[in-house]
Amino acid sequence: MQAFDVTPSDLAGADGAGERISRKLRELYDTVREETIPDRFLDLLEKLDEVEQAHGRRDGGERK
Amino acid sequence: MSAAPSDDRADFKRDLLGSLPNLRAFAVSLIGRHDKADDLVQDTIMKAWAKQESFEPGTNMKAWLFTILRNEFYSQMRKRGREVQDSDGTFTERLSVHPAQYGSLDLQDFRKALAQLPEDQREAIILVGASGFAYEEAAEICGCAVGTIKSRVSRARVRLQELLDVSGEADYGPDRNSSAIASRAFAG
Repeated sequence: MQAFDVTPSDLAGADGAGERISRKLRELYDTVREETIPDRFLDLLEKLDEVEQAHGRRDGGERK
Repeated sequence: MSAAPSDDRADFKRDLLGSLPNLRAFAVSLIGRHDKADDLVQDTIMKAWAKQESFEPGTNMKAWLFTILRNEFYSQMRKRGREVQDSDGTFTERLSVHPAQYGSLDLQDFRKALAQLPEDQREAIILVGASGFAYEEAAEICGCAVGTIKSRVSRARVRLQELLDVSGEADYGPDRNSSAIASRAFAG
């Protein structure tokens, strides 16, 4: 208890609060990051890949 | 060194897939809504795919994708103008409809507070505080000086602290009314 009076109060407060905010931010971010990737994105990548294969765009593009 | 183009494309696709969880986390944290965030991620994938030749293999794909997403976010926001500005209110309403999706009440308060930050501060604190970028990398993604990122992060922290202190008062219950008025003032 007394230690808090001795420590510069804004510094002590900022450290504790800063830590709490960092933790909450990471918790929020990680919650989304750990979700399964929606199928729509996997399907989209497959389609993009197929289109490119069909057009052989990369072979033509290399030489440009 | 002399990998066939189809190998390059397979690598690109694999790395893009590997970056998607982080890209989504960035988008949702930035926008506050899953549906709009996923639309933005989709636009980002299309943009990234179309300009994959400009990606240098071996460099940081996550940073490259974040830059595309961020530019897309601001360009859409400029186009839509007020519609995006108004989304914070919608976001808050949706939170009360689906409270279970984001766990504790505490975390919901945090999401609300985060949504009230100006975009530049919000993106800065997410990039540095959650995505794991150094200040220098975040500055590159945002196209600004390192000092600017540092000051945005620090202002974001101060503002979040203020907002969370206000919402925290309700837990201790010393003055419910004034805290509700303050919340409304901040939300407005």
